[in-house]
Amino acid sequence: MTEHQLVVIGGGPAGLSAALSAWEAGITDILLLERDKYLGGILNQCVHNGFGLHRFKEELTGPEYAGRYVELLESTAVRVKTDAMVLSVSPDRTVRYVSPADGCRTVHAGAVVLAMGCRERTRGAISVPGTRCSGILTAGAAQRFINIEGKMVGRRAVILGSGDIGLIMARRMTLEGAKVLACVELMPYSSGLNRNIVQCLQDFNIPLLLSHTVTDIIGDRRLEKVVVSAVDEHRRPIPGTEQTFECDTLLLSVGLLPENELTRALGAEMDPRTNGAAVYENMETSIPGVFACGNVLQVHDLVDFVSEESARAGAAAADYIQNGETASRRTLTVENGNAVSYTVPQRIRMEAVDQGVQVFFRVNRVFEKSAVTVTAGEKQIARFKREHMAPGEMERIFLPEKLLALAEGETITVSAEEAEA
Amino acid sequence: MKELICIVCPNGCRLRVDEKNGCRVTGNSCPRGEEYGKNEILHPVRVLTGTVRLHGASLPRCPVKTRGPIPKEKLPEAARALCRVDVEAPVQTGDVVLADLCGTGVDLVATRTILP
Ligand SMILES: Cc1cc2nc3c(=O)[nH]c(=O)nc-3n(C[C@H](O)[C@H](O)[C@H](O)COP(=O)(O)OP(=O)(O)OC[C@H]3O[C@@H](n4cnc5c(N)ncnc54)[C@H](O)[C@@H]3O)c2cc1C
Ligand code: SF4
Repeated sequence: MTEHQLVVIGGGPAGLSAALSAWEAGITDILLLERDKYLGGILNQCVHNGFGLHRFKEELTGPEYAGRYVELLESTAVRVKTDAMVLSVSPDRTVRYVSPADGCRTVHAGAVVLAMGCRERTRGAISVPGTRCSGILTAGAAQRFINIEGKMVGRRAVILGSGDIGLIMARRMTLEGAKVLACVELMPYSSGLNRNIVQCLQDFNIPLLLSHTVTDIIGDRRLEKVVVSAVDEHRRPIPGTEQTFECDTLLLSVGLLPENELTRALGAEMDPRTNGAAVYENMETSIPGVFACGNVLQVHDLVDFVSEESARAGAAAADYIQNGETASRRTLTVENGNAVSYTVPQRIRMEAVDQGVQVFFRVNRVFEKSAVTVTAGEKQIARFKREHMAPGEMERIFLPEKLLALAEGETITVSAEEAEA
Repeated sequence: MKELICIVCPNGCRLRVDEKNGCRVTGNSCPRGEEYGKNEILHPVRVLTGTVRLHGASLPRCPVKTRGPIPKEKLPEAARALCRVDVEAPVQTGDVVLADLCGTGVDLVATRTILP
């Protein structure tokens, strides 16, 4: 069995950034395993722009953003294996992978970074009724067909779900000559970024039907029409509101699921709120020396934050390799309070806090003038003002060490509330 | 007064543009928002992204973008023009694949380095 200081699983932006930061921290023996033929992960198919405004202060397309990281990585001695699919990781950090070049291999690592990204929810996961005809695919699959393989997926389309990928594909399909009839969203608000609603739907006069859903799918071999109905406040279809759209394609943009088969089999503690591993302040999972970052940990909207989070995971993995386990005499559990659906990290080891801790979370409804509060028992230890918050936009706060030190109990709670005028 | 959402970055600031007052912009958090707000009223522009045919590599398409924004109303015509572009590998990020796209004065450039 070969021994490596660090093994990184996944060569998307998360894995690339983690490997780079571990290298910069002085780890010289790094192996990065990627199952695809190319590095870059999902970014290769995101040919639209809007990436990197935070990280590079420029507006880049997905492939350009990935290209920058690949170039940086090529200037290091990080070993990259593409076409290499990881099959299992065990708690003693033994990693098994298979590739046409190496066959089945087992390697042992001083630390492991999990960066496997996420998958899209499919029709099965949301149980849309109707016939099983062709022409129904996830927005990301359509994106791959069009942008990577150069194959058009249909001529008249309806999009179910208003996540960013669906919005981006509404524009992409239109520019490729298709007619996008509507984007249908179950909730009373879109889960996509406002900028995408403007530049992908409004620019092309594509209607956004909020509080609506697809209630029937009709087609023999190929999709022929979909029936769309309005829903009430309990998200139940309202009889009599049906409208029919004749179309040959239905794209689903109904959410992403972190790809955590490896993480579960490893036995790492999972967080049902994120569908990712529960992590400490340094992105370490409940398995010592195994770290997680990027979409496999929590579904991100912005790749810049993926890179940043992953750089922290890479640096923490380097620290683990160099200095061993983090002391944990006192651990704070971070809980979600009013209108907050989850937090990452889930736990903070007080001894490990250097200057402070970055906490990511999402709210579960739309807020205008509002505040984010952090409380420990009855005591409020921090308060942050916000002009606008929405479930589609990940929020983050920075808790300086000084404020964390005010927490006396074992938990702190992150909540959101309307700000009094 | 016109209300807009700035699309330059994911913050999506809510802008107010005063058409009667020389298109004065408020609500922006940075200078890019001001420029966007003015442009959006006077002459809206967008960056076009897409793919073109690629030969001589294992990938069939090369992703591209306009190097700068082009007039919004030119988007459909410019998107159709991409169908007539062929490139040969190797391609480097930033290579011009079509100069002066549809008379906009803006070049179309490759956004991915692809070796044969
Ligand atoms: C369609 C789409 C559009 C987006 N648009 C934007 C945008 O406009 N702006 C923006 O800032 N962000 C955008 N994002 C978000 C951003 O691109 C993602 O958050 C980011 O790519 C996630 O990076 P990642 O490395 O965690 O995952 P990925 O990019 O998915 O990378 C994971 C990698 O791990 C590999 N892998 C998985 N399992 C294994 C295994 N067992 N063995 C080996 N390798 C494995 C996969 O092949 C993949 O390459 C978009 C995301 C999507 C999906
Ligand atoms: S005004 Fe500046 S910060 Fe606000 S959305 Fe526009 S570019 Fe982003």
